Amino acid sequence: MMHNLLANSSVGAAFRAFLARKARQCLAFILLFCGIVFAAHAQTATPEMPPMSPEMELRLKKLETELRCLVCQNQTLAESPAGLAGDLRREVRLLADQKKTDSEIKEHLRARYGDFVLYRPPVDGKTYLLWFGPFCLLIGGGIVLWMMGRRRKANALPAAAPVSSEVLARADAMLKDE
Amino acid sequence: MLRTWRYFLPLAVFVGLLWFLYTGLSLNPREIPSALINKPTPSFELAQLHAPDKKLGNADMKGKVWLLNVWGSWCVSCRYEHPFLNQLAKEQVVPIIGLNWKDKPEDAKAWLAKFGDPYMASVSDLDGRTAIDFGVYGAPETFVIDATGMIRYKHTGPIDATVLREKLLPVIRELKKS
Repeated sequence: MMHNLLANSSVGAAFRAFLARKARQCLAFILLFCGIVFAAHAQTATPEMPPMSPEMELRLKKLETELRCLVCQNQTLAESPAGLAGDLRREVRLLADQKKTDSEIKEHLRARYGDFVLYRPPVDGKTYLLWFGPFCLLIGGGIVLWMMGRRRKANALPAAAPVSSEVLARADAMLKDE
Repeated sequence: MLRTWRYFLPLAVFVGLLWFLYTGLSLNPREIPSALINKPTPSFELAQLHAPDKKLGNADMKGKVWLLNVWGSWCVSCRYEHPFLNQLAKEQVVPIIGLNWKDKPEDAKAWLAKFGDPYMASVSDLDGRTAIDFGVYGAPETFVIDATGMIRYKHTGPIDATVLREKLLPVIRELKKS
């Protein structure tokens, strides 16, 4: 009965249309989101490079752990399976083959992708807070703690004078009287 | 006076912390600021998608305000933004050059035939090295480049009506004036 009422009334129809529209919007949003997230994964594979010497491999592995994959963001270039990471690894390799030093390679990528590509951001005006903020907090906290300790010591009651045995005996007698 | 101030200090610190955390909530970690804003366009010269024997590069666009749109037939979000690019092209606002990123040329051509071709020309970045020079980390991305060949704006992600109206068109209008 209730179902019939809802199905027949114009309110019910409007409600169902509203639901359908919302569902379509949701679907469109999900598709869009998947598109953004997986876009860089769907690329064609990176062409193979000729093999390299073990020393070179070790050097590049180390360098790649200091570089961020821009797609996954919390993975290094060395461990990311994303297509772009493969491209960037090849770029690093090509630069290394051109006898570029580690810092030159990092600078090359930084010029294109910004500080974000470096896992260890450079120390400059913009990153002072990042680098030294934690130490400032630690020192500030230490100072506050030290000041609180000093104040507590200053405010503490003076140690009670030793109680003579005579006074103790009197107190005992008073308690017994009770 | 000093005493009241001391009572409000923790509150002030707390509000400061709240502000930092709240700002953090509204930041989009996927939005990496481009390192190339107000820098010269990385030079490239690539084969055109529809005429592989002809090349097109940034030097050919000198003297014009133009858009570089990074796209691929594999990129779902590119399909979402495509109608807006088509509209831009129809109204002849600015010439748009497509950077066809890591795509198979035949797939790319079929895709354009199906959804429309807003590009003055598309160039094929088969190995993705030009995209790396532009700091591209996911398609679609759109660069606004001025008449002197400087990158003035970058939009990451799909273009929609809001982005067009509030971001791209004002920048383009401003650049065309000067």
